[in-house]
Amino acid sequence: MSKLIFERSVEGRGCSLLPESPFERTELPARLCRGKAPRLPQITENDLCRHYTSLAQRSFGVNCGFYPLGSCTMKYNPKVNEVAASLEGFTEVHPYQPAYAVQGCLEVLDTAERYLCKITGMDAVTFQPAAGAHGEYTGLLLIKAYHHHRGEDHRNKIIVPDSAHGTNPASATMAGYAVVSIPSAPDGCVDLDALRAAAGPDTAGIMLTNPNTVGLFDRNILEITKIVHDAGGLCYYDGANLNAVMGIARPGDMGFDVVHLNLHKTFSTPHGGGGPGSGAVGCKELLTPFLPAGQVEKTGEGYRFAAPGECSIGRVKSFYGNFLVVVRALCYLLMLGCEGIPAAAQGAVLNANYMMKKLSSTYDIPYPGPCMHEFVMSLQSLKDDCSVSAMDIAKGLLDRGIHPPTMYFPLIVHEALMVEPTETESRETLNEAIDAFLALYEEAKENPQKLHEAPITTPVGRPDEVKAARSPVLRHRFGEE
Amino acid sequence: MGGFLPAGASERAEMLREIGCGSIDELFSPIPQEVRLKGLDIPQGMSELQAQRALRAMAKKNKVFDTIFRGAGAYRHYIPAVVGSVTGKEEFLTAYTPYQAEISQGVLQSIFEYQTMICELTGMEVSNASVYDGATAAAEAAAMCRERGRGRVLVSSAAHPEVIETMRTYCFGCGMELTLIPERGGRTDLRALGGLLGADVACVYLQQPSFFGSIEDAEEAANLAHAAGAKLILGCNPIALGLLRTPAECGADIAVGEGQPLGIPLSFGGPYLGFMACTGKLMRRLPGRIVGETTDGKGERAFVLTLQAREQHIRREKASSNICSNQALCAMRAAVYLSAMGPGGLRQVAETCLSGAHYLAKRLSALPGFQVKNEGEFFHEFVTSCPVPPQVLTKRLEEAGILGGLPLGGAHEGEVLWCVTEMNTPQEIDRLVDVLKELERGNAK
Repeated sequence: MSKLIFERSVEGRGCSLLPESPFERTELPARLCRGKAPRLPQITENDLCRHYTSLAQRSFGVNCGFYPLGSCTMKYNPKVNEVAASLEGFTEVHPYQPAYAVQGCLEVLDTAERYLCKITGMDAVTFQPAAGAHGEYTGLLLIKAYHHHRGEDHRNKIIVPDSAHGTNPASATMAGYAVVSIPSAPDGCVDLDALRAAAGPDTAGIMLTNPNTVGLFDRNILEITKIVHDAGGLCYYDGANLNAVMGIARPGDMGFDVVHLNLHKTFSTPHGGGGPGSGAVGCKELLTPFLPAGQVEKTGEGYRFAAPGECSIGRVKSFYGNFLVVVRALCYLLMLGCEGIPAAAQGAVLNANYMMKKLSSTYDIPYPGPCMHEFVMSLQSLKDDCSVSAMDIAKGLLDRGIHPPTMYFPLIVHEALMVEPTETESRETLNEAIDAFLALYEEAKENPQKLHEAPITTPVGRPDEVKAARSPVLRHRFGEE
Repeated sequence: MGGFLPAGASERAEMLREIGCGSIDELFSPIPQEVRLKGLDIPQGMSELQAQRALRAMAKKNKVFDTIFRGAGAYRHYIPAVVGSVTGKEEFLTAYTPYQAEISQGVLQSIFEYQTMICELTGMEVSNASVYDGATAAAEAAAMCRERGRGRVLVSSAAHPEVIETMRTYCFGCGMELTLIPERGGRTDLRALGGLLGADVACVYLQQPSFFGSIEDAEEAANLAHAAGAKLILGCNPIALGLLRTPAECGADIAVGEGQPLGIPLSFGGPYLGFMACTGKLMRRLPGRIVGETTDGKGERAFVLTLQAREQHIRREKASSNICSNQALCAMRAAVYLSAMGPGGLRQVAETCLSGAHYLAKRLSALPGFQVKNEGEFFHEFVTSCPVPPQVLTKRLEEAGILGGLPLGGAHEGEVLWCVTEMNTPQEIDRLVDVLKELERGNAK
């Protein structure tokens, strides 16, 4: 068991970091001061480093091994991105420096915006949103402001297919919308009749992930956006799965009005164990008057921030978004360019189809291919036959050094495992993973108990999640409480 | 160019054969021809060397100031070397959200430790794993307080303008109403707050210290809010918490803040860190990821993402928030920073900031035309009048390599917001004063 950093703390220890204050001491009145010091660790730099090294050894990133976590696009994170993002000319710049002193930062934002406009078929991009869900929220506010501006506040419903990520309905609620969930057709795509029935004078818009969460490009995409537009609604493209189609097809050409991108998925910036990401939002010209503050414009004297439009939704975050994440994504965009972007999408789709094909004779694939960048398997029959669940197979993968696929999503597939290999994995890696999946299937049949007990090689076994939620322990208690 | 693709043409052909597919293009057959892109209109790809050169050239076009007296929500503090060393570890850097607890104990434990440190700093009982930044933390906190019949949010005019704007946007989204509380001398006008409170108010938001640097009477604000059945959200500077009464001691229900001062570089405004902590009573309304301690089958201590019944992937449209990613790596920076500093180091940083700001205030006050505008105590920022248009002053300072205080707008037009941290030396302040004296002499001519 690894000690908590507080358990390594010894009174009086510390690091040598700062000189004595050179200023005459100012005292605050006691009534303004805290009663006792925070119990922060008191630790030497050596012990601090070893502590985090031990934590790193019990963590798993893309750098450690294959990470086919569906919908998360865990591709390789190029190291040059990190070099670019650590340049002093970017890290030591105050957000309120005058425009002439931040021309480089503005050039980064402007260049990245131009690249992403071309890739998405949109007219403008804001980098203010910090993550995908934040981008969804921002995009929906653009839609809301658009209808509001036209005196159509009665458009209070957002259509969301039942295969959508949970963030879609949650974002719609935060934006003040009622959510209309429509079922998927048997082929996994949008049920056009259900959509026609749902679309009407109260429709504000639709949120759609395409390719969708079962890994299929919706063949009826043009019909879908037409139905919504004919009803007076707008079309929101959840770009979580853009990696499959970047450089091949553009949301703007499919009829979408607004799109969010996950720079931390599609454009190779590292996920950092859950952030920081960047949920850049692109939109067509009809929505640009509503964009948040912080759009860069180029004038004769260089770049500057444009004054926000009168109808702007305001701001969704301080300053200009997760700027250093944009630097990383731009580095990647510059390297891939017009050939590399579609080539990456092709590689992602090729790898996914290769894995799906090799697994399809053993595992049930509810929506047979060709898939796009990911595919979904259902382990329902395996569970029925030998009581081995998607969870058990996932935990079995842990013992084989592979990060499991996304489990139990999308909700429309029972015992789902969603596999997204990404384009940066070699055939050898895919083959090893395929062999692991096949071996686990055999093991499920022969020795299901072993899989119920997996994993056994990890630092801890399956944690008791029920206990964690029933009697929450959310902080260290320091013994005396 | 690359794309970091391993498979060459012959290997791709073999893979296609195994799939039973004639060409890559065939795999894309579900995409209607009408929407197929005929060619992506961006420049050709670059080598790594060229890309790095291009970005270095952009970075060089920014001015890096050696001396900074500007804060206003983004603070230059000393960042111990160990911070970057830890967060650069690729097991942390390249991991996703720790869904698979068994192989993510390191990331989960680091978040649990971060949560503990935020609880210690704020005195609150529960912290989440972080949100995007201080502004979104404030906006999410306001949404937490909404109750039937209570849909109004009172926000201090002495809060950061961008925090106010963000809260306003979120209120537009969810249909809450935002009302500003007037400010006087850099602090919230508590008498006016008393008049604004009513049975329809969900919460009151104050920033500590205020945007203008003043230390608020947060306890009185909490009493007023609670007497009206509303909650108090306190947006705190975490360095100031090394000295100041904690939000819990003041009676706040929710403490939020911008965590950037805790080991995160200025970075032109992001990525930063929103911290968020609350009373035990509000625990199940807290948005975002939360890590909890439990045991595995053998009784070993283990950490997991918990209380997920609040979250979007379970609750969908009924979730407490849509938040999915947090700022995990920034939260780790904050935890390493706080561990390296320890209680004594944090206090030392806070005291140096406080003393340095008062030294600068004293020096500026001795110059004609610079009068400190703050009523009551201030921490490491304060507002002065300015004998010349502030933009003239800052321009002159920039020519001398100094990023001066921030020229204010609105009701504070003509005034300047100054900031001192432990990064500023007495010599820098002397030099600043010298330039201002010259400016004054030039003006007098």
